[in-house]
Amino acid sequence: MSAVLAAEGVGRVLPGEIPVTLVQDVTVAVERGEFAVIMGPSGSGKSSLLYLLGLLDTPTSGRVLLEGQDTSGFGEDELASTRLRKLGFVFQFHFLLAEFSVLDNVLLPVRRLGELAEDAARQRAETLLDQFGLRDHRHKRPHQISGGQRQRAAIARALANDPSVILADEPTGNLDTQSGANVRQILRDLTHDFGKAVIAVTHDLTFAKAADRQIGIVDGRIDPGWRM
Amino acid sequence: MSIQLGIAVTHLVNRKRPTLVSLVGIVLGVAFFLAVSSLMRGSERDFIKRLIDNSPHITVSDEYRNPRVQPAALRWPEGAVEVRRVKPLNEVRGIRGHAQKLAFIESLPGLRVAPVLTGSVVLAFAGRTQGVTLTGAVPSQMKRVSTIGEKLIEGSLDALASNPNGLIVGVGLAKKFSLRMGSVVNVASAANEARALKVVGIFRTGGASYDETQTFVSLKRAQNLLDRTNRINRFIIQLDDPYRARDAAALIENRTGYKSVSWLEASEDLMSVLLVRNIIMYSVVSAILVVAAFGIYNTISTIVMEKTHDIAILKSMGFHARDVRRIFLVEGIMLGAIGSVMGVLVGLGLMGVLGQVSFKPPGATQVVNLPLYWGFEQYLLAAGFAMISAVGASYLPARKAGRVQPVAILRGMG
Repeated sequence: MSAVLAAEGVGRVLPGEIPVTLVQDVTVAVERGEFAVIMGPSGSGKSSLLYLLGLLDTPTSGRVLLEGQDTSGFGEDELASTRLRKLGFVFQFHFLLAEFSVLDNVLLPVRRLGELAEDAARQRAETLLDQFGLRDHRHKRPHQISGGQRQRAAIARALANDPSVILADEPTGNLDTQSGANVRQILRDLTHDFGKAVIAVTHDLTFAKAADRQIGIVDGRIDPGWRM
Repeated sequence: MSIQLGIAVTHLVNRKRPTLVSLVGIVLGVAFFLAVSSLMRGSERDFIKRLIDNSPHITVSDEYRNPRVQPAALRWPEGAVEVRRVKPLNEVRGIRGHAQKLAFIESLPGLRVAPVLTGSVVLAFAGRTQGVTLTGAVPSQMKRVSTIGEKLIEGSLDALASNPNGLIVGVGLAKKFSLRMGSVVNVASAANEARALKVVGIFRTGGASYDETQTFVSLKRAQNLLDRTNRINRFIIQLDDPYRARDAAALIENRTGYKSVSWLEASEDLMSVLLVRNIIMYSVVSAILVVAAFGIYNTISTIVMEKTHDIAILKSMGFHARDVRRIFLVEGIMLGAIGSVMGVLVGLGLMGVLGQVSFKPPGATQVVNLPLYWGFEQYLLAAGFAMISAVGASYLPARKAGRVQPVAILRGMG
């Protein structure tokens, strides 16, 4: 298997009078079809590492490679285009746009990419919503469906452009047990059935146990001796 | 519909009240812009029309724009000897070879010309005397270049042709001298010529000075009185297109050598006053739109603030900064465009109402309507300025939105 996403000696320091180190010297690689979770205490740099891996933030040292391509020289637009095509994000809060229907939320990245005609784009979005049991809710606004349904809609949106990597920040942190299990299973299936790489930050031990690999992080560094 | 347009429409539709307030600002701004512009430009055109109608478009006089150079100065420009006390010969003033010059002017297309002789005379009646301007003209030619025939409240211009001793005076002079139709007045000139003339017409132009000091006789009678037999000292010219006056005057001056003054040249000070007035007017009405633009700025700024999280999500999803900027610029453009269209409609209504307003100015005999200008370009100007204001007002919030750093927002939300 080949690494679809890799960090090589990545560090992130926030500049200021007293510089704050968020992540330092992290080297990690995630393979296609792998389900990896990042764990650690609060403030240890889990989310910061996820943002660096997801090209939302740029490292102050080291580099991030996506599908073997070094992204360290990318400009803001190129990073955005790469996120649009190759990465999908799921956050603790669903972050669906409140004024749009569930269907339109899923269509947002597809329409922005602009590679599919409107009919084909709608077809794709409806297929995804169907897979996640949301077909009957597609015309509803986010506030009209449950938390678990919203998170499934957010996953559908993350998958809309068929990315190779899904990055999830506490995807079950705001869900009840049943919904959390549901989301966990969906992410699990994405890796096993569809060959996506999933990297998730979590505090949820049950969620972490379902992953292929657990990466511990403490004080911004990978902790090789991390145990759940 | 592009994705940016879709998001922009959704933002505005979901904020009905602030959107409506912004729209009302632009609508009223455009409507007032149009109403004021229409009134000001209407009054300007009315003023220029009166100026054009009541004065010659071009006056060719028996003068030179620059004094003629003496032959000796031409022959010996570097001459060291100056001959002093040289008196020019006394000559009868007037346009030399006026028949040929008249033929040339008449050959030009799109104009009408009348030769006249103008001079000063003293008018005496019932023990009162007053210096007045006497203009001698051929009535049939004068009618073609002057509106004086239309200003006659008694008598007619043709009476000058049928009565060689006929005199037409202004209403002010008639009142001052208690003249009526048929009154006989004595007219004397500096050339020691005097004649008793009969009032055959009284005009009223509305210009107090003109109505008190201007008189008309036949051309022959003026030539006799001023002792300038077979002479004229002016060509009065009217053009089909008054705005060609400057070019036509230059051509005539070039060919005849005599000073030709267009109405534009003669009224340069008035035209510059009108220009300043227009600048002030457009500054004021534009200020209304600038104020209205603050409404748009306020609305879009609020949307940007409220939607910071959404912007962060869109950018994390892969939207570029320019996509985000475009969303908010499109909102400004939509508010500007809708506001402009509605503003033009309301403005047209307002202009229609103003067009119905009629009143009688002090001293006037007729009821007048407010002069309005309906020219198409002012609608474009109003809409264009509204659009510029709207885009300008949305640019700053749009730029701010484009600069949102998703990580900073997501950290705060997590």
